[in-house]
Amino acid sequence: MKPLLETRNLVMRFGGVTAVNEVDFLLEEGELRCLIGPNGAGKSTFFKCLTGQYIPTAGEILFRGKPITGLNSHDIARLGVGIKTQVPNVFNGLSVQENIWVSARRGRTPRMTARIVEEAMARVGIADLAARAVGELAHGQRQLVELAIVLAAEPALILLDEPAAGMTHEETERLAAIIREINRTQALIVVEHDMQFVRMIARKVTVFHQGAVLVEDDVEAVMRDARVRDVYLGKRVAA
Amino acid sequence: MVPRFLLGTLATTAAGIAITILIPMVADAFEVMQYTLYVVLGIYTLSLAYIWGLGGILCFGQGAFFGLGGYTFAIAAINMNETTVPFLMAIFIAATVAAALGYFMFYGRLSDVYLGVVTLVFTLIIWKLINSTAGPEYMIGTARLGGFNGIPSVPPLNVPGDPSRMFDPVEVFYIAAFFLIATYLLLKFIQATRFGRLSVAVKENEVRASLLGYDVRMIKLLVFTIGGAIAGLGGALYAAYQSFIDPNAFSLEMSAKVLIWVMAGGVGTFVGPLLACFGLQALSIWISTVPWANSLLVLGGILCFVVLLLPKGLLPGLADLSTWLMARARRRTPPEVILPAPEGKRA
Repeated sequence: MKPLLETRNLVMRFGGVTAVNEVDFLLEEGELRCLIGPNGAGKSTFFKCLTGQYIPTAGEILFRGKPITGLNSHDIARLGVGIKTQVPNVFNGLSVQENIWVSARRGRTPRMTARIVEEAMARVGIADLAARAVGELAHGQRQLVELAIVLAAEPALILLDEPAAGMTHEETERLAAIIREINRTQALIVVEHDMQFVRMIARKVTVFHQGAVLVEDDVEAVMRDARVRDVYLGKRVAA
Repeated sequence: MVPRFLLGTLATTAAGIAITILIPMVADAFEVMQYTLYVVLGIYTLSLAYIWGLGGILCFGQGAFFGLGGYTFAIAAINMNETTVPFLMAIFIAATVAAALGYFMFYGRLSDVYLGVVTLVFTLIIWKLINSTAGPEYMIGTARLGGFNGIPSVPPLNVPGDPSRMFDPVEVFYIAAFFLIATYLLLKFIQATRFGRLSVAVKENEVRASLLGYDVRMIKLLVFTIGGAIAGLGGALYAAYQSFIDPNAFSLEMSAKVLIWVMAGGVGTFVGPLLACFGLQALSIWISTVPWANSLLVLGGILCFVVLLLPKGLLPGLADLSTWLMARARRRTPPEVILPAPEGKRA
């Protein structure tokens, strides 16, 4: 079977800075992968290459065997790649329900859309916020709204860039449960700094360092890895 | 929410129809012609209120499409000796030019600032160009472009299919008012459709819209083209009602004042910009009769005032003010007065 996502020798340079350096990455259908690495390791840039926000300098990206390198963001999204970005990208002036409606409406009848909007809100647990304007919500709540937006499009692959940032402990635990639940039907790549959180959800972890893949192994092995500790200066990994 | 939305639209439409019927009853034919100008500028205002308010496209050269509509109508009407086809041509040409310009701007992914600059320069280039066509060699068919003198003797609107039966000024006023109300209703309808809601989403956050699989460029291009068509409609009526068009339609002033009307009235609303257009245009005309005052200076002053005190514009600003006053009144009211609210009616 073809992998869901594959990058071959992916490079992204900005002037003299190489943000993503010859990354070979493989994700199977239905997999849940965590992507960790210190700030500036190239995780978000990697995501932006995958979603067409950046056109890679070199290399290839394949989605279900089909090359998607350099396609427009909306074309990649239509193939079934959804992303929750690091800084929440939501429609601040619209209500929670309208935000999710925009996502759910593409390619669907109004009746189906209404059902999917309800489901997405229930799944993430924000049904009580439906009529609120997204702009006035707390950061953690906005993260959940964006997650519901992404879910409503029903993509085959979901990229989450620091989904737990700004969340309370309870929200983080709920998020972990939601992610495990999503993973029953869809593949995910999750970028996260919080190692406790990574432990809650991950099996296999890929560590980025200076734009390249440093280690790729299951979560416990990665935690024990001396190089990973060095990269993080022993701060959070040791905890 | 839906009934309230409809209610506001219906109330506005009813008010518009009532005013349309009332004006020719109280005003003489000459005054009715003056009011036609307001109606025509109202259509022009709606074109920008739409693309800016619902599409987030800040166009500094909306006058280009207004002027193109006017010139197309004038040139075609002089050549064809009737006005129905020229009227449709005016809308079509304005829309086509908007689509062509929009294609380069949106598919070239120009940022908002450059979009403003390009649209402004676009209208000023046309202004320069038309201004320099004063010589007799500049003809399109039988129509002389006339340069800075403009094109006089534009045929007045005639009954479709019967060029010998021309509309009188009061009838032209009714026609213009009909198109203003129809444009308003059309835009309200667009606002409620899937496309209208998506364009608002694009205005709110382009990145998110494209990450959800929407082609942002196409949505903006369509909004911009519709706006161009509406401005062209306004321009055609402008040339028709006064039997005249000159290059000032393409001037900086023409494009700047509509921005001020929309901003003062409230970006994102239709009635607000219309009220601001009528009020500020009346003010400009009145000030031009005062020898020591300059209408542009006053308009600039009003703009500063609005930006500082009513940053959202007149209509949203008034709504905020009334909410604030109501909240204040509620706080000041002794509790026993508000407590007896019957249960279940507070929601």
